[in-house]
Amino acid sequence: MGTAKYLLGKLGQLFITLLLVLSLAFLLFRVWQPGDPVATWAKASGAHFSATQLAQVRHEWGLDVPLPEQYVQYMGQMLTFNFGTSTILNPDASVSSLFWSRMAKSAILIVTSTFAAIAIGVLLGIYGGWKRQGKVDQASMGSSMVLYAMPEFVLGMILILLFAGTLHLFPVSLYESPIPKTGLAHWTDVINHMALPWVTLTLAYVGEFYLVMRSSLLDVLGEEYIALARAKGVREKYVLRKHAVPNALLPTITLVALSFGFILSGVITIEYVFSYPGVGKLSVEALTQRDFAVLQATFVISVIAVLLANFIADLTYAYLDPRVRRA
Amino acid sequence: MKTEPAIAATEVPAPVLPPEKRTPRQLRWARRRRTAARFWQQFRQSKMGMIGLAILLFYVGVAIFSVFANKGALDPTITTNGPRLAGPSLHYPLGTQIDGISVLSLTIEGARISLFVGLAAAIISMLLGTIIGMWAGYKSSVHDAILMRITDVFLVLPWLALAIVLAAMFGQNFWIIIIIIGLTSWAGTARLVRAQVLSVKERTYIERSRALGASDAHVVIKHITPNLMPIIFANTILTIAIAILSESQLSFLGLGDPKSQSWGTLIEQAFNHGALTLHAWWWLMAPSLSIVLVVLGFTMVGFAMDEIVNPRIRER
Repeated sequence: MGTAKYLLGKLGQLFITLLLVLSLAFLLFRVWQPGDPVATWAKASGAHFSATQLAQVRHEWGLDVPLPEQYVQYMGQMLTFNFGTSTILNPDASVSSLFWSRMAKSAILIVTSTFAAIAIGVLLGIYGGWKRQGKVDQASMGSSMVLYAMPEFVLGMILILLFAGTLHLFPVSLYESPIPKTGLAHWTDVINHMALPWVTLTLAYVGEFYLVMRSSLLDVLGEEYIALARAKGVREKYVLRKHAVPNALLPTITLVALSFGFILSGVITIEYVFSYPGVGKLSVEALTQRDFAVLQATFVISVIAVLLANFIADLTYAYLDPRVRRA
Repeated sequence: MKTEPAIAATEVPAPVLPPEKRTPRQLRWARRRRTAARFWQQFRQSKMGMIGLAILLFYVGVAIFSVFANKGALDPTITTNGPRLAGPSLHYPLGTQIDGISVLSLTIEGARISLFVGLAAAIISMLLGTIIGMWAGYKSSVHDAILMRITDVFLVLPWLALAIVLAAMFGQNFWIIIIIIGLTSWAGTARLVRAQVLSVKERTYIERSRALGASDAHVVIKHITPNLMPIIFANTILTIAIAILSESQLSFLGLGDPKSQSWGTLIEQAFNHGALTLHAWWWLMAPSLSIVLVVLGFTMVGFAMDEIVNPRIRER
């Protein structure tokens, strides 16, 4: 019974938070937004529109009704990912098509590098926590702190100067060569281009996983059942593998779910540095051109991503740790 | 050690000891000095904290220096006569940028802006977080529930996405940047403060104070706030680090105030003028290194302080 109640509670929280955030988005993009989106769009599209045509567009976009009515419509549009037409970047295209065409490229980058960061961070964290104050631990702690203090774009630029500028090992930017290649050559080309942003993203997130895994392992190693296991004469290797690590993994699993949500906004600067044509770059383009329709989409989708990730984190936590459900 | 004077000694004959000349105010300050001295004793033990403090003192010195000594260094009519994009030399220790302005003087200017933005944003964040956290922790369940829901919203909002939207809408102004960073970073502090208030308000001395007729305001200001000060202070130091990082990111994306150039703005200009393809590493090095060092400094000091004041960490 406890589980159902817990799930419903979390679902309710998700819903309320979503409602609040979308209301904030409505306030920002509909009530406060500087300028008239229809006029901006008409100007950007280059064609000439008569007043009746503009009124027609305004009607289609649902901007000619009172605000309370707009609010209801807005909620429906956002929840069905209907973000309308891009007002400046590409007046002929819908925002959704712009977004999803870029999303694939970001997704490859985000998913692969996050998994790499998790694998490296967790393994190092286990080792560092186990051999606390050892050489590996001290080196990892030090580099984690430096990486934490370093903005992602600085890290990216160091890598560019080193590996692209000086050693000429990788291309500086973009997703593929200006003249696209075919077949196998295409994929090696893409991987070559992705290498530096990939390393940047991995390094930027590995420290966090390291710190969480290490400190949670340290917490667990202080528990009495670990002392008991050791007192029984269980070998250290098995204490670690069977008793400590599975329990210490819990907070890390939450962090994994959370970071997938946050990375969507975390890639913004990295994609910008490498001119990597993903959604992060799209946000920056929308920002510099003040295309509020696109900006709205990237904002709302990254918020929804975080909220869903949060929800999934809660679910996995409840599944893995029965104490959470009963509390 | 001096013995504290007895407060309710009615029947005891006049003490032979010299009468306590210190006023309550002096006593309070003596106590604070003792606490500060004890804190410093503990802080000095932490190698990490002392290294961080040294870095910070250096940069604070640079920022103060820039207020007095660097007047007009950014004035293009005075300073653009240097060689363009020259590497480090004796005359220009950190090289020059594309207009021939010394990167060193730009970095010194940037120190003041970056540190000020970080500090101001962290103070806004601290005030918001403390007030909301205390209110939620101290007040009844309804207030708590509403405030915590709002806190949750801000906790999960991807801050950069929100900050970009806000900056795009409200313009690229120095103060707006500060407010945006402050508004997007208070949620963690509110959570921390609320948890602390929840545990402190159950202690017996609070109960005793209430039994003596103390008002809510008295309890919060005189008893709960002083108890939370150290932990809030340590948290604020860590928030400054985050605020400086945030500012650099916003500036790098071109959202900084063009009139007050922080380290992030310097890097943005270098990046957009092709410093990477021109191999002008010196243009990027000083501001980048400064951001890393200052953030590292605040983080190290914050961690060291947290270790002293945060009972949860101290136990380990």
